[in-house]
Amino acid sequence: MTTETSRNATETARSPARRADEALRPPVDVFEDAEGITIEADMPGVSKDRLHVQVDANTLRIEGEVQIELPEAAEALYADVRSTRYSRSFTLSNELMTDQIDASLKDGVLRLHIPKHPEQRPRRIEVRAA
Amino acid sequence: MFGTFTGLQGNVFDQLNRLQRELDESFGLWPQAAELRAPGWGSWPPINIGATAERVDVYLFAPGLDAAELDINIQRNLLTVAGQRRLERGEKQRWYRTERHSGEFRRAVTLPEDVDPERVDASYRDGVLHVSVQRRASSQPRRISIS
Repeated sequence: MTTETSRNATETARSPARRADEALRPPVDVFEDAEGITIEADMPGVSKDRLHVQVDANTLRIEGEVQIELPEAAEALYADVRSTRYSRSFTLSNELMTDQIDASLKDGVLRLHIPKHPEQRPRRIEVRAA
Repeated sequence: MFGTFTGLQGNVFDQLNRLQRELDESFGLWPQAAELRAPGWGSWPPINIGATAERVDVYLFAPGLDAAELDINIQRNLLTVAGQRRLERGEKQRWYRTERHSGEFRRAVTLPEDVDPERVDASYRDGVLHVSVQRRASSQPRRISIS
């Protein structure tokens, strides 16, 4: 698994062979609490070494390759899944600490936690009695 | 390797036909009877089935499960997989997206007639359940020599 932070958008060359329209869009859950934002994505068939999580300026990109064992001579009888690649991007806001993303992958579920800057965590504002 | 499945995609017209059929079916316009156990569109988990002369491989793309709690059954050539994935979605957090499947699921697939229900292997890796069913030797292609 690789987690990269790159501020320079031109640094990341996109391979022309990878066509976005062929990629599967993994379903996600996104929630926020006081500490930060958590993203959970279903990416079955992706192992750690075929998962790529990248932050490019303010865009978070999640990509993965499906690898399943299938005999060479196999004939497809039925297929709900017709691509071997997952790809999805999200825009990140400024209060998130994109250099401190924690990523874990277990049984095909990717979990990303992005902490918020401590000074930008929500504060409860007390209303003084007049 | 996976090209077998991506190849099934066919051309853009196949895809349009498939979409048309799915739409017609959902509005009751599809004239033909539907297969009883055929899943509705978007059933979870997605399934791929591949076959060789020796065996049939079924893949269920079901991440985040406890494999020990899965209920996998085969009756002649009908394979059924049932289980549940309960996602705890707390109320303390603010939820922006809840796209992942949560709850019980059941999928049944009819395999080729010649599978041997006594010889089934199942494994779970990276969120993919792989059920491999051997086919009976008698139905495998045999070279016939001319005497």
